[in-house]
Amino acid sequence: MSAYLLHLAVMAGIYILLALSLNLIVGYAGQVSLGHAAFYGIGAYASALTALNWHLPFPVAALAAMLVTGACGLGLGLPTLRLKEDYLAIVTLGFGVIVDLVFLNLAVTGGPDGLVGIPPPVLLGLSFRARGLYLLLVAGAVLLALGFTHRLVNSYHGRALRAIRDHETTAQVMGINTSAYKIVIFTLAAAMAGLAGSLYAHYITFINPESFGLHTSILLVCMVVLGGMGSLPGSVVGAVILTAVPELLRQTHALQDLIYGALLVGLLIWRPEGLLGRGKLSLKFLQRE
Amino acid sequence: MLTLKSVQAGYGRLPVLKGVSLHVREGEVVTLIGGNGAGKTTTLRTISGLLPVRKGEVQFDGQALHRLPPERIVALGLALVPEGRRVFATLSVTANLELGAFHRPDKRQVRRDLEGLRERFPLLRERGHQPAGTLSGGEQQILAICRALMAQPRLLMLDEPSMGLAPRVAAQVYGILRELKAGGTTLLLVEQNARAALKLADRGYVLETGRVILDGSASDLREDPEVQRAYLGKGYQEVWE
Repeated sequence: MSAYLLHLAVMAGIYILLALSLNLIVGYAGQVSLGHAAFYGIGAYASALTALNWHLPFPVAALAAMLVTGACGLGLGLPTLRLKEDYLAIVTLGFGVIVDLVFLNLAVTGGPDGLVGIPPPVLLGLSFRARGLYLLLVAGAVLLALGFTHRLVNSYHGRALRAIRDHETTAQVMGINTSAYKIVIFTLAAAMAGLAGSLYAHYITFINPESFGLHTSILLVCMVVLGGMGSLPGSVVGAVILTAVPELLRQTHALQDLIYGALLVGLLIWRPEGLLGRGKLSLKFLQRE
Repeated sequence: MLTLKSVQAGYGRLPVLKGVSLHVREGEVVTLIGGNGAGKTTTLRTISGLLPVRKGEVQFDGQALHRLPPERIVALGLALVPEGRRVFATLSVTANLELGAFHRPDKRQVRRDLEGLRERFPLLRERGHQPAGTLSGGEQQILAICRALMAQPRLLMLDEPSMGLAPRVAAQVYGILRELKAGGTTLLLVEQNARAALKLADRGYVLETGRVILDGSASDLREDPEVQRAYLGKGYQEVWE
């Protein structure tokens, strides 16, 4: 495989992790999140800073990234998950914008210049600087994440999550502690996005706020919706397609964004439930009751 | 068994219940009747813990329910069949039933209860894998009642079980409620269809704008001229009776 294809495969793997984690929130628990890239960014910066400042090995940095993003997810989730639909959309959107601004203005994150010279992972004396090796590392993480999410959504708890998505109040009178479920799933999803951020930072070795802005959050929502909400294979397919399509459209130059947009609109018209999903995209949060 | 003492509750700053007192004894079927906006659904939502009690007390077997979260209240043995059925549309019929028993730790007994309900309502077995949203309205109501029964409630609350159903289907649902009553299940039934409710119930309360304006045995209420005028429609017969 050429270096270019390997690069795309690594990026697709990182996006699969992000789409899977966002799908837990959006597709399974039925909550809106328009700021998921913030967790991705927090993970990337946390991991990079751990490695740069304390020269700790990659596994420690990745773990730190997951802990920090998980804590941020918990911190955002506790006060806000009582909000419904449109309000939750606004809060998560705001969170994404704020985190982006923090990255831009803090000295420790290097401001708009970001962080450079992030060391590639070294595991058991083996350096993962080569793209092919890095792809194996990312593929391992994707498999772990798929196994974990698959077990989670098909468990007793996964069913409770889907009950919350279908009708929250009724789930409550079934004896489901809906707030606790939403907060836990939000925290888990944030930690998974943090892992994706860590893998990205140590792969690219240079990060700046541009990669973690609003457009990335929207791209992630598109991946989940395109693949199908509440479908794990859907998230994989959605992430791969939306990584590949912009590359395939590159030859069309100026028309690239136009065709890309038209494809997404067409999909929502002809297949609103996504490629592999069952439930349709809910625009409930855009409507007033 | 269940006692409400001058309970006040509402949505936001809007008061709905302005002091509701009522009680349900073990083995009894009690109905709350009243027009739109009288506070019937609000009463059930308040008992279930979905709405906070502003003033007054809710007690179940002497234990105070106000301030308990909904999931604790179900575990104490109070189950609700919500208005408009509210089955989990994308989940299978079986998953809906299992969710009814969400809080129960005795998984083996849960399986036995599930089998029991499937024996009684073969539809639950035949449609077991089908998403609950694909069932008809009447089937969804039966599923919603069975889902609540899976919680092994000591008191079952039903919010307008005949709403939006064809008369024949509504009669079928009431047939199930009669069986439950015969089996000794305690029911608290909210209905706009006062005629059907008062036929089934032992006692009733009439709610109007957040207050109990009348209560008594179901037969007395049926004979009450005011109830007849306002809620039964003199000389009017339900098609399905």
